[in-house]
Amino acid sequence: MSEHDVLNPKEMPLNPEKGTLEGRNKFVGFWFFLGGETVLFASLFGTYLALNDSVNGGKTSEELFGLELVFIMTMILLTSSLTSVYAMYHMKNNAFKKMQIWLGITVVLGFSFLGLEIYEFTHYIHEYEFTLRSSAFGSAFYTLVGFHGGHVLFGLLWIVSLMIRNAKRGLNLYNAPKFYIASLYWHFIDVVWVFIFTVVYLMGVL
Amino acid sequence: MAEKVSATTAQIEYEKQKRKEEMKQQVITFALMIIFTIIAFGMVMAEMSKLFVIPVIIVLAAVQVGFQLYYFMHMSHKGHEMPAFMFYGGVFAAFLTILALVVLVWW
Repeated sequence: MSEHDVLNPKEMPLNPEKGTLEGRNKFVGFWFFLGGETVLFASLFGTYLALNDSVNGGKTSEELFGLELVFIMTMILLTSSLTSVYAMYHMKNNAFKKMQIWLGITVVLGFSFLGLEIYEFTHYIHEYEFTLRSSAFGSAFYTLVGFHGGHVLFGLLWIVSLMIRNAKRGLNLYNAPKFYIASLYWHFIDVVWVFIFTVVYLMGVL
Repeated sequence: MAEKVSATTAQIEYEKQKRKEEMKQQVITFALMIIFTIIAFGMVMAEMSKLFVIPVIIVLAAVQVGFQLYYFMHMSHKGHEMPAFMFYGGVFAAFLTILALVVLVWW
């Protein structure tokens, strides 16, 4: 049996993402990476919590934030998390087309989230002249939320690349772990956002 | 041989059924997460007492993250001992990081 046959079995295993040693290694290694990411975001959250009152005479968080937009962004990101769960459900059933469709929906939702975030930032900059350099609060805010936005963008490019690269190949034991891990990353982005909307926005307007 | 094949198809059917049920659970989880989010935003918009709202929204966030980890990211499945160890190791370091930074400035 050649390598090609090993990766494209006649009958897909029940958990194709763990069908090879490489897949299992990717799975464990990726969770290790997520542990590191947690610490990265914790340092940004800690900085924000420590500096969010240092407004340097400028706008405070209470004057800046509007909850309506944040609520819509939260709903969009939360829904995109569910659609990627659907994608992985179809992956495990070896339904490649359906998986691609659900991943496509996830990507559309992700880009709408990103668009709203860019709108929010430009609004702060142009309407309130609240920038990265305005105050310690400004630096901490843009670094934390911007880092999350950067993760969203990276996740989107990642998922889109996987979808395009494997569009004609279909699902096999080589790319199943890749799809699975990209979806884990997407969920992690949502995990971080839950804390951002709670700690930054909700606690910011209280 | 034929017996063995039918046994595996039965097993596959069983697994597929189990997955369908899990998908239902995940949709329920999603609904709960939406409700928690609405409660959190609602409490803040209703301008309730700060001392009451802050702990409650943090607990709601923590529960939501738990749902995300255990249902959406499948940590409730078998074979997640190592991921859990790695991830909670990260959470522990994250806790210390936030504590250190906050204590440094707020002291």
